[in-house]
Amino acid sequence: MLLEMFRRMTLIRRFEDHLHSLFLQGLVPGTLHQCQGQEAVAVGVCSALRSDDVIFSTHRPVGHVIAKGSSLRRIAAELWGKAGGCAGGKGGQMHLVDPSVGAFPSNAIVGANIPIACGAALGFKLRGVDRIAVSFFGDGAANIGAFHEGLNLAAVKDAPVIFVCENNLYAASTHISHAMRISSIAERAASYGIPGFSIDGMDVAAVYDSAVKAAERARSRNGPTLLEYMTFRYAGHSRGDPGGYRTVEELQRWRARDPVRKCRELLAQHFKVEEAEMVRIENKCQEEVEDAVEFARTSPEPARETCTEHVYAPRVVQP
Amino acid sequence: MTTGKIGMAEALRAAMRLAMRQDPSIFLLGEDIGISGGFGGGFTVTLGLSEEFGHERVMDTPISEIAIIGAAVGAALVGMRPIAEMQYGDFVFCAMDQVVNQAAKMHYMSNGQVSVPMVLRLPVGATARGAQHGQCTETFFMHTPGLKVVCPSNPYDAKGLFLAAIRDNNPVVFLEHKKLYGAKGGRREKAALDIAAEVPEEEYEVPLGKVAVRREGTDITIMANMLMVHYALAAADELNREGISAEVIDVRCLAPLDMDTLATSSKKTSRVLIVEEDNLTCGWGAEVAARLGENAFYYLDKPIVRIAAPDCPLPCSPALEEAYVPNAEQIVREARRLVL
Repeated sequence: MLLEMFRRMTLIRRFEDHLHSLFLQGLVPGTLHQCQGQEAVAVGVCSALRSDDVIFSTHRPVGHVIAKGSSLRRIAAELWGKAGGCAGGKGGQMHLVDPSVGAFPSNAIVGANIPIACGAALGFKLRGVDRIAVSFFGDGAANIGAFHEGLNLAAVKDAPVIFVCENNLYAASTHISHAMRISSIAERAASYGIPGFSIDGMDVAAVYDSAVKAAERARSRNGPTLLEYMTFRYAGHSRGDPGGYRTVEELQRWRARDPVRKCRELLAQHFKVEEAEMVRIENKCQEEVEDAVEFARTSPEPARETCTEHVYAPRVVQP
Repeated sequence: MTTGKIGMAEALRAAMRLAMRQDPSIFLLGEDIGISGGFGGGFTVTLGLSEEFGHERVMDTPISEIAIIGAAVGAALVGMRPIAEMQYGDFVFCAMDQVVNQAAKMHYMSNGQVSVPMVLRLPVGATARGAQHGQCTETFFMHTPGLKVVCPSNPYDAKGLFLAAIRDNNPVVFLEHKKLYGAKGGRREKAALDIAAEVPEEEYEVPLGKVAVRREGTDITIMANMLMVHYALAAADELNREGISAEVIDVRCLAPLDMDTLATSSKKTSRVLIVEEDNLTCGWGAEVAARLGENAFYYLDKPIVRIAAPDCPLPCSPALEEAYVPNAEQIVREARRLVL
């Protein structure tokens, strides 16, 4: 289990790093919102879910959809705006989607996915199935109205949903201390009458354990949980942001607790996984990343006529 | 079998009841819609439904427009068919992100892999409540690809269009004019029109994307929706007494827009008068006029004329509201001017 989590985190890290280097060479079209440093949250939470559970991600979705098990080739091709992309080029970096693994279109409106995840959970509850929904969002989203409305509605209806706040301390360039008077977003759970926990988001095992408990609570119809994971994004907010609002020391402090390396050390020391095995996994991930980017770059451009396709869905219910 | 004479509120309730009995994925959510001892939403439309279907399927929510529409989007994504109600249509502006960025774009952004089958009900229309409780908001949604926009004018259409809307696979914005809900009952509006009509009890649909010719004529085409249809029909009676034959078209669906029927009628009568209750600028009439200018220009004898509310917020005083909402006399006057 932990080894698989290590593999997924490594895959995300290698993919994001590779993208970054290609971006610096001017080879990535469009925007990039990268998640290096936050891999443990994506992987720890998604590892606690079943394949038929659903996630609603953000403008920084690459980690989440990889963690949920989506195809790296199709993700990469979407970033390149190609026909082989997971949304045929219509979505782009901020709107990754793969319903086959329960990843609904990721959302580029901060906090908008919170009530949507609540609604998906209410849908499961009404249908009498024991699937659950997860909403990922950042610390910035905790200040938007949709956060309040979504958490409150989920609370009063006991919706089977987990609210996952990736608190990386910065909403774009604005430090959390400029945006709220409280130090922990988890405290806000109390105002909705639901449990809330603040957890080390650099420790994949801690993330996984807390997410398993929240998933059990949701699945057994006991209602939602707010999980706040303390984490850090190494990259800027988006392309072209060198992160000048943070100090080198702060970045180094977080890098010293790097979630991928920490997991690797845990595997070596406590689970006696051999170095060669981990190198093999890392090399495999690197190969997969390079294959995906190659697929993306050689995938055909979407045909112009697809621009106006899929505006309306065909009717399926007969009178 | 018919129902006996009912207004639009009862017709909509009948449609929901029928649809919910057939399809367990349909549920309602909104404010004050199912509270026992309550009033069935702002205008009694959902009265009694929670007794039959329970409080899970007739889900009362906090005052949270973003959560109501957002939850409807989420539920629709996982296979439900939610009916979300705004207590007043004006409140939808609290949640425009969920309508325009979320409901309308999900199918497209996913390249057709997910869909959002839901109905968003908006009670609209000026009823002496002032600027934030009476705007007709259809144009905002007509501008948004991915949404369908429906605005019935009578009980038969209300039921049939609603059944078509809830079985459609897209977000449908469904506007209901408060003065057409019914002229009887505890929550009736002052100056409500008595448009009660016999409606079939059984299943039927009125297809989305088709306008309806309510009265045939040869001298002028009057296009109107919701309450304005009734004013246009009253105007047509008066015009008829004066020897002017007016064709009245009920533009009961704005998206998709049935330009074929509108253009055919315009070419036949060569004169077009468009009547809408909302502000003039960028109203649906502007879009219709522009398209007629593109494809029926050479058939027209006169410039297209629009009657709409002036470009100001809706005032509250009944005297001022009268100055704001178009009326039958205005329609007669403009039609006369166009024909003679």
